[in-house]
Amino acid sequence: MENQTLTDPKFAELDEFIDNLPDKKGMLIGVLHKAQEIFGYLPAEVQHHIAQKLDIPESTVFGVVTFYSFFTMKPRGKYQIKVCLGTACYVKGGQKISDRVKEELGVTGDEPTSDGLFSVQEVRCLGACSMAPVMLVGERDFYGRLTPDKIPQIIESYRRKENKK
Amino acid sequence: MPLENTILICAGGGCISAGEISVKEALENEIKKYALDGVVKVVETGCMDACSLGPLMVIYPEGVFYQKLKPSDAKEIVEEHLLKGRVVQRLLYKGPSGEIKPRATEEIPFFTRQVRIATRNLGVIDPASIEEYIARDGYFALRKALSMTPEMVIEEIKKSGLRGRGGAGFPTGLKWELTRKSKSDEKYLICNADEGDPGAFMDRSMMEGDPHSLLEGMAIGGYAIGAHQGYIYVRAEYPLAIERLKIAIKQAREYGLLGKDIFGSGFDFDVDLRIGAGAFVCGEETALIQSVEGKRGQPVQKPPYPAQSGLWKKPTVINNVETLVDVPYIINKGWEAFASIGTEKSKGTKVFALVGKVNNTGLVEVPMGTTLRELIFDIGGGIPGGKRFKAVQTGGPSGGCIPEEYLDTPIDYESLTSLGTIMGSGGMIVMDEDTCMVDVARFFLQFTADESCGKCTPCREGTRKMLSILDKIVEGNGTMEDIERLETLAVTIKDTALCGLGQTAPNPVLSTLRYFRDEYEAHVKEKRCPAKSCKALIAYRIDPAKCTGCTACARACPTGAITGEVRKVHTIDQEKCIKCGSCFEVCRFDAVEKLDAVEVTADT
Ligand SMILES: Cc1cc2nc3c(=O)[nH]c(=O)nc-3n(C[C@H](O)[C@H](O)[C@H](O)COP(=O)(O)O)c2cc1C
Ligand code: SF4
Ligand code: SF4
Ligand code: FES
Repeated sequence: MENQTLTDPKFAELDEFIDNLPDKKGMLIGVLHKAQEIFGYLPAEVQHHIAQKLDIPESTVFGVVTFYSFFTMKPRGKYQIKVCLGTACYVKGGQKISDRVKEELGVTGDEPTSDGLFSVQEVRCLGACSMAPVMLVGERDFYGRLTPDKIPQIIESYRRKENKK
Repeated sequence: MPLENTILICAGGGCISAGEISVKEALENEIKKYALDGVVKVVETGCMDACSLGPLMVIYPEGVFYQKLKPSDAKEIVEEHLLKGRVVQRLLYKGPSGEIKPRATEEIPFFTRQVRIATRNLGVIDPASIEEYIARDGYFALRKALSMTPEMVIEEIKKSGLRGRGGAGFPTGLKWELTRKSKSDEKYLICNADEGDPGAFMDRSMMEGDPHSLLEGMAIGGYAIGAHQGYIYVRAEYPLAIERLKIAIKQAREYGLLGKDIFGSGFDFDVDLRIGAGAFVCGEETALIQSVEGKRGQPVQKPPYPAQSGLWKKPTVINNVETLVDVPYIINKGWEAFASIGTEKSKGTKVFALVGKVNNTGLVEVPMGTTLRELIFDIGGGIPGGKRFKAVQTGGPSGGCIPEEYLDTPIDYESLTSLGTIMGSGGMIVMDEDTCMVDVARFFLQFTADESCGKCTPCREGTRKMLSILDKIVEGNGTMEDIERLETLAVTIKDTALCGLGQTAPNPVLSTLRYFRDEYEAHVKEKRCPAKSCKALIAYRIDPAKCTGCTACARACPTGAITGEVRKVHTIDQEKCIKCGSCFEVCRFDAVEKLDAVEVTADT
């Protein structure tokens, strides 16, 4: 573990971020954001490392990670599909969109598909309520005014993109 | 070369998702192609508040307003409008009756009925440019405030009648005064930009489109209460707002408008960001303070109030984004300008995110006292598809719904409370005849049950119990006793929960029971969902008289429940149907019917 810490560039990047904080007081959430950005998720060894680095109990780190829904201890699919279930999307049929996406991917919850390509997350208000119902694939690809029948095409387009590679 | 045209292109959330980036790229390419880059400036602005028309742009100096743009429109706009000075008719906004409105924002009712105070700069300035903000009297108010005593600033805000826009409507001047009077070596001002109501994006648009107004309002507030450090607690789901705030803070520091000795007054004030991590309860002020300190965001007992003991146990003011954005306006124009708008007890304007089953969706800012009917029908353009209005929900998961008979109620804090809902932060969701009110209540309870921080039992257990009863009802297994149990639970949770989340969680159930009890009873007694929305209580069937056998539905069905030969009538196997509604969406002949499940089982 210690050796990995020294050699893994990801840990080095995190350490650099922590060392450059002007003041560590109250910065746990900020550090976790950075760590999730670097690692993609927050497995136990990352939490352990942060606890040591910030000199706080590991249980405190765990407590914060589990409290906030933004933090995840499980890896996510390469394409993370965020289906909006905010109020505006819900009244316009967001649940049907989410059901159809899961049906199409063969998943039941937020676990990644067996090929690791996709994972689904039901989120609240992506701030595009005017286009409701909406979903976001990855960071940038917004799809608005969706109906369940449009889902297979959208997912297929990402599968095709991957197959080409 | 002098600029001949400025093109404002909306880069609000709605337009970005509708493809604004590709429109902008296409436009810039065309402009380059004709070597117009020196004389035409393309500026991305914040939300122009008419998201349902997006992506959209306004071309100045003419003020021509183009809507629903596609990248392929860029060529025509450049060639016709910019080069030849001819307006592209087909891209102009058309009124509901189809007549063309050539001029911009001055003639479209969606814009003319609004009074822009909090959204005064949205869509007008480039949010990444402090110079443009300053050119619109930016930071004048701060300068003016610093020439007054803090007490005078507080007095001005008190007289304006400004009340908190984050939900509860507490008078802002009074909150500042209480904190000013608390004795302490250090004080803090926190801007609550957690915007937790799922279905609201007012604060987000203001931060993305006009970040300096918020910084200026915070500096004025900091001066009034005697704080030298401010924090903006913004949700992680708003990366663009975070980016633009970072730029704005950097610029303000460079100009000496944040930092030490602002305007040579001896007053020091700086602002930093704190990023949330997805917990609705963190919008509650005591929980928010825990979270800013880097801890689990669980509420703590009040008193002491943050005005006495807040962040790091120091006196702290927490204000909503819109509240703070109103402040520079009040200082600049004087309290009378603000107090002359609105009703007796609710002054000024309020920004709403008008969404759901309404034609013109987007942000609207109207004087307090505007009626719901004006908002939804005149500004919002009514309900799409000739459907019938059913209710409007305000206040998000803490609020309630308002049925048709109260549409003429003037909007203010008191009138909404008397209808069993709250003003809230400004989410306004319009629902039509296809929306099931029991399901809406269930949706909000699901939300609050998920978001309960678990600290106190009434909220943690109570919301889960209510949710399980509602689940039972929408699945068609509810009893009349269940409805009574819901009511008793609601009252208990309201009276005994520790924080505002729990205390208001039952509101959506209580208000739907108050106005739509018949819908609950239809689910329970007749096993029927009147809106035909609850999956367990509906069934899809193909009308043989209308089906043309086009096969579209069979291809769309994920479970292969639909069979039939080409150009012959198709049928749905009820056993296989998972009621996803795909066939209903794709059928272009209205042949797929949505029926009560009881009816379908009865005749098969
Ligand atoms: C569960 C809960 C969630 C809240 N969420 C928000 C929010 O997202 N934004 C906000 O400004 N206020 C929110 N509030 C209200 C704040 O606690 C606080 O009253 C407000 O930020 C004060 O600012 P104001 O006086 O300017 O309105 C919430 C309150 C509760 C109980
Ligand atoms: S009312 Fe709910 S959210 Fe508030 S403290 Fe209690 S459990 Fe937590
Ligand atoms: S889509 Fe409509 S018309 Fe076409 S086969 Fe299905 S039910 Fe018939
Ligand atoms: S509710 Fe889905 S984007 Fe706002």
